[in-house]
Amino acid sequence: METAPKPGRDVPPKKNRLQAKKKKPRRYWEEETTLTAAGASPGPPGNKKRNREPRPQRPKNANIAKKSRVSRKRQLPKKPRERRNLEPQRSVSGAQDPFPGPAPVPVEVARKFRRIDKSEKLPHSKSKTRSRLEVAEAEEEEISTKAARSELLLAEEPGFLEGEDGEDTAKIRQADIVEAVDIASAAKHFDLNLRQFGPYRLNYSPTGRHLAFGGRRGHVATLDWVTKRLMCEINVMEAVRDIRFLHSEALLAVAQNRWLHIYDNQGIELHCIRRCDRVTRLEFLPFHFLLATASETGFLTYLDVSVGKIVAALNARAGRLDVMTKNPYNAVIHLGHSNGTVSLWSPAMKEPLAKILCHRGGVRAVAVDSTGTYMATSGLDHQLKIFDLRGTFQPLCARTLPQGAGHLAFSQRGLLAAGMGDVVNIWAGQGKASPPSLEQPYLTHRLSGHVHGLHFCPFEDVLGVGHNGGVTSMLVPGAAEPNFDGLESNPYRSQKQRQEWEVKALLEKVPAELICLDPRALAEVDVISLEQEKKERVERLGYDPEAKAPFQPKPKQKGRSSTASLVKRKRKVMDEQHRDKVRQSLEQQPQKQEKAKPLRARPSALDRFVR
Amino acid sequence: MKVKMLSRNPDNYVRETKLDLQRVPRNYDPTLHPFEVPREYVRALNATKLERVFAKPFLASLDGHRDGVNCLAKHPKSLATVLSGACDGEVRIWNLTKRKCIRTIQAHEGFVRGICTRFCGTSFFTVGDDKTVKQWKMDGPGCGEVEEPLHTILGKTVYTGIDHHWKEAVFATCGQQVDIWDEQRTSPVCSMTWGFDSISSVKFNPIETFLLGSCASDRNIVLYDMRQATPLKKVILDMRTNTICWNPMEAFIFTAANEDYNLYTFDMRALDTPVMVHMDHVSAVLDVDYSPTGKEFVSASFDKSVRIFPVDKSRSREVYHTKRMQHVICVKWTSDSKYIMCGSDEMNIRLWKANASEKLGVLTSREKAAKDYNQKLKEKFQHHPHIKRIARHRHLPKSIYSQIQEQRIMKEARRRKEVNRLKHSKPGSVSVVSEKKKHIVAVVK
Repeated sequence: METAPKPGRDVPPKKNRLQAKKKKPRRYWEEETTLTAAGASPGPPGNKKRNREPRPQRPKNANIAKKSRVSRKRQLPKKPRERRNLEPQRSVSGAQDPFPGPAPVPVEVARKFRRIDKSEKLPHSKSKTRSRLEVAEAEEEEISTKAARSELLLAEEPGFLEGEDGEDTAKIRQADIVEAVDIASAAKHFDLNLRQFGPYRLNYSPTGRHLAFGGRRGHVATLDWVTKRLMCEINVMEAVRDIRFLHSEALLAVAQNRWLHIYDNQGIELHCIRRCDRVTRLEFLPFHFLLATASETGFLTYLDVSVGKIVAALNARAGRLDVMTKNPYNAVIHLGHSNGTVSLWSPAMKEPLAKILCHRGGVRAVAVDSTGTYMATSGLDHQLKIFDLRGTFQPLCARTLPQGAGHLAFSQRGLLAAGMGDVVNIWAGQGKASPPSLEQPYLTHRLSGHVHGLHFCPFEDVLGVGHNGGVTSMLVPGAAEPNFDGLESNPYRSQKQRQEWEVKALLEKVPAELICLDPRALAEVDVISLEQEKKERVERLGYDPEAKAPFQPKPKQKGRSSTASLVKRKRKVMDEQHRDKVRQSLEQQPQKQEKAKPLRARPSALDRFVR
Repeated sequence: MKVKMLSRNPDNYVRETKLDLQRVPRNYDPTLHPFEVPREYVRALNATKLERVFAKPFLASLDGHRDGVNCLAKHPKSLATVLSGACDGEVRIWNLTKRKCIRTIQAHEGFVRGICTRFCGTSFFTVGDDKTVKQWKMDGPGCGEVEEPLHTILGKTVYTGIDHHWKEAVFATCGQQVDIWDEQRTSPVCSMTWGFDSISSVKFNPIETFLLGSCASDRNIVLYDMRQATPLKKVILDMRTNTICWNPMEAFIFTAANEDYNLYTFDMRALDTPVMVHMDHVSAVLDVDYSPTGKEFVSASFDKSVRIFPVDKSRSREVYHTKRMQHVICVKWTSDSKYIMCGSDEMNIRLWKANASEKLGVLTSREKAAKDYNQKLKEKFQHHPHIKRIARHRHLPKSIYSQIQEQRIMKEARRRKEVNRLKHSKPGSVSVVSEKKKHIVAVVK
């Protein structure tokens, strides 16, 4: 049988020989190249003839494909990536994948999901531990890219407000926005005219569906503000200092003139907590089920609302407390004091975790953003400052306001609202993880009375403002996180879902002792106690079991194991180790010098005057 | 002015009819899931507590023997079948799903010393104190037939153990010497001895099938190659080894159950230092068997308890005991790696779960997912002191508990003395011997 076609007929002979030699396995979907292969391999004579005929008419790209295959073969060990770009993979149908390879992942999105800091290495870790850590790191990286890729599935886009070229968005009035947006969004802007019981404090429930407000003169009401359905309205016949939803919209804590009261969603008083008296401010830590109360008597009290016990009562020793906020990232409570400091508290410590001197006068308002990175403070010195809470607590930017802000609030996407007299100013930053720039306000709004409470509604582009004349719901496009997580806080959840969520949340209630500045500390290796333990072990055993044994030369056969030679070999190893050490230290030194060099790259004549 | 407000269509988030599933949109942004680590920690703590709550390992006790159970064997083909030999010469075959004895044979006079199944599962071999090796059919005799062994071999000395080759028609017995038999012949193909003491157990290697290991009462463990006429090498320990078991996944690893309350895992290539010394028992260890995964093994002890050890850990992860269980003589890990059987002095065979808190039966996919998630959490936070304490806690009978305390004091005293000696002698004159090397007397090739 004939095997290879004779040279010099239709095709350059070289290539044919090459083909005949290679005899690569072919697949039926590789159309053109299959023909040459069939010609090269032994086959029935009838076939052979048919194969040879179409060869002159063979399209050009067959040649190209063949060439590229050969070149691919050569490139394979060097640049497998380039190969993929050159020739997209083919599917069974012959169609080409226009987007070959895995979907690209934006770097900054992947960074958002990254949990392990690879730069930190464990001291004195064994190779086994190290390899295990490497596996964990690789897994973590894969997970973070997968999570970043799943961002694609998010359904909603955040809102925005842009002025036409040169137009200042701060000049845009609420009425303009209401006119421009759709009906459903326009309905979110409303004013409740309640001049009688004025100034109001207000709070949105964690899902952003319900609104509670309480007036100084005892008026307390909760409503489903989206449908405007009133849930309850009562008058507690006592001054209301602050109002706050507990973990769900069914429970409501109200700081009244004397004591702290807890109501349910029908306005029935469930508890009167007499251990918390003269409370001025309330904060609820939803994952710990702790209600933090700051009182006129200067005590910061933590009440566990799941069991009804006081977890800790801390004396701040700074007089009356009326400025308080929580850090949503680590559940640390920030208290503002009249001496210009902000102190950070956790129920596990009797002393503040940190004290930050922020203002020259007293602190009027404090707010912390949802990532726990930035803290905004305003003081009696009319300053508004933004602090970095990562590590050093340094102010990032400051601005003097004509009146000074009495109330501050951060939105989920990092917008900062400040209430100054009867004006609300809102500043926006570049993105979610950047601090708001204080130069130009994003929005301003003038209200009918002095601002008394500010709260951004979670998952809605709405800012609730409580003031002397009632409650106003402002539209702030781009304030809220557009995509909620259905298992955490779902605005559309049914009663059944809420009940289920409540049980699960209670099951994984975080103990109060775990509140600290870094909530991830629990997952990291406690190096200090590790070293302490090792030290104690060495002391107990009388020797270090992990210490490397000093080199002991092995005895040798046939009379070569004389004492002199043993000593010589020992000395040799010691010298080698010493040389390694010296070499290492020498290698490190030039690096230092190189670092120092570029500062004065070229000597200047003026250098002689430098002292 | 260009403005866009966040405006969701409720239809996308609420189910259409009550028959639909609820819609749960997810967003994995870490800022929406704060306190990830503390919450996972609490979940891990809860999972660990639940594991202890659901730890009910005891499944069944098979009673019927009229004397202590001396040996057990697994059926190679059927998970539900187990064979057991008792001290009165009776062999019983059990069905584990029905938890009933399906066949009883009076096989020997005196003890049944060893029992093993043929690799095909059609027959099994027993050896007894009456100096015989008998081969039996796995299926019972038909109607009107008499229960009779297929073959009987009369030996000169008492056989103390038997094991069948994993692939060929060859088996090995031990007694005064290790004999290797062809199934078709009545005399051994080859006999091997090293020293003059009675050999208590012989085991074929399941991977390198021509390798054997045996242990004798002169404190040594001897390794043989079936293809050679002489033994390979032996290691002498401080005290006698009762049985050995080969790792079914790593051909060169075996574990020896020793009289000095410890188990030793050896690498047969380097016998001078055991890979691991497993200590937790407070009396002689009588039997050991590997899980089919080769990651764990179970040991039976004279202290009336069964322990499960991971191969690479020196401490046991689990201890099983009941009030009525007496000295446990034999133990087997079933071939599906889910159950453990142990035969004890007081005539019972007990069936345990290998994983004490495991839920038996078919799991739904959600159950399975939750189980995997909890397992991972427990693994992640296992070193936290609070979780570790709960996971490690086991109730022990008073006898074992007090023994452990006593032995801890003794060990501490010995260690203190060693440290003192080290401290008050000339540097270099007293060396510290590691726990691993302490119990090895010699290796002979």
